[in-house]
Amino acid sequence: MDLAPILSDIEALCGAPLSARGAGSDTVLTVPPAKARAAVEFLKAKHGFNVLVDLTCVDYQGFGKGTQNVSPAPEGRRFKLVYRLMALDAGTGLIKARLALDSWVDGESVPATIKDLFPAADWLEREVWDMFGVRFADRPDVKRILMYPEFTGHPLRKDYPIKKRQPLIGPADASARERLSPADLRPRIVE
Amino acid sequence: MEQDLSAPGILTSQLDQAIGWARKYSIFQYPFVTACCGMEFMSVACSHYDIDRFGAGFPRFSPRQADVLMVVGTISHKIAPVLRRIYDQMAAPKWVVAFGVCTCTGGFYDNYATVQGIDTILPVDLYIPGCPPRPETVLEGLMLLQKKIQAQGRRA
Ligand code: SF4
Repeated sequence: MDLAPILSDIEALCGAPLSARGAGSDTVLTVPPAKARAAVEFLKAKHGFNVLVDLTCVDYQGFGKGTQNVSPAPEGRRFKLVYRLMALDAGTGLIKARLALDSWVDGESVPATIKDLFPAADWLEREVWDMFGVRFADRPDVKRILMYPEFTGHPLRKDYPIKKRQPLIGPADASARERLSPADLRPRIVE
Repeated sequence: MEQDLSAPGILTSQLDQAIGWARKYSIFQYPFVTACCGMEFMSVACSHYDIDRFGAGFPRFSPRQADVLMVVGTISHKIAPVLRRIYDQMAAPKWVVAFGVCTCTGGFYDNYATVQGIDTILPVDLYIPGCPPRPETVLEGLMLLQKKIQAQGRRA
């Protein structure tokens, strides 16, 4: 499928020049967070993007620090939401097109939910909330999906302390195990 | 008179021997399988390596009927209370096997989600390292466990 008309449609929708990278099925568009939902809705309705392949998030805090790499994150917006869409021909089973949308948000913003468009987004949005603490709008009661309710914080945020443990039972600081010696590489019985 | 007193001692120690022998060859195991180690567990349990030669081929999916709790695979903090409850439900005498490095020490998952060794939440009798352990290693461990069971040693 030729993506050019789709891109210009989305550009018109967002009212701003799009930044696109990649080509063909690797094309990634960056859309403003306020328009992300509208873009997904539009792609689904008008261009047959009928499969939500993934909805996830990346934390760019501290990205490239001390290296040559320049963080792609705009100032003050550390989280990148990634929507990956696919247009699947249900008759032939062939993939017509694939497209990804990026949108940059900060920890406080509440991007619009797309779970009414794609029911699969329900769990994915819960995962984004659980792991990154980005909450979607219209979901005030969103529950964690992987971590337990007693867990505090969002473990995939770059500022989650790497050694922090929140066990439900057992000691709180059981992280630093001693190095194993070669003798430990055999089965061992404890009397 | 003295002889009469020593006789029961001999009898019970012989009985212990017999019970230990019976127990070590009739291990009913509860497989608590959570992750990739389960694949290796299956290959030990199936006919190629044939864990049944050691009398340990009979998995029980009720903790009440099991003697050995086989903890196979990564244990997350979320499932830890479940594992502990399974352990508590088992009737004594019972033994616990930590199968694979994830259960021994947390393995390479030194992170927010993983219990850093199941010995932080319950007493472990046998550690089988490996990621996953080869079936031969598991059988070696099983024989160690049998020795311990024969001697009627246990941690809980
Ligand atoms: S020890 Fe290795 S194979 Fe076993 S559960 Fe852990 S990661 Fe998987």
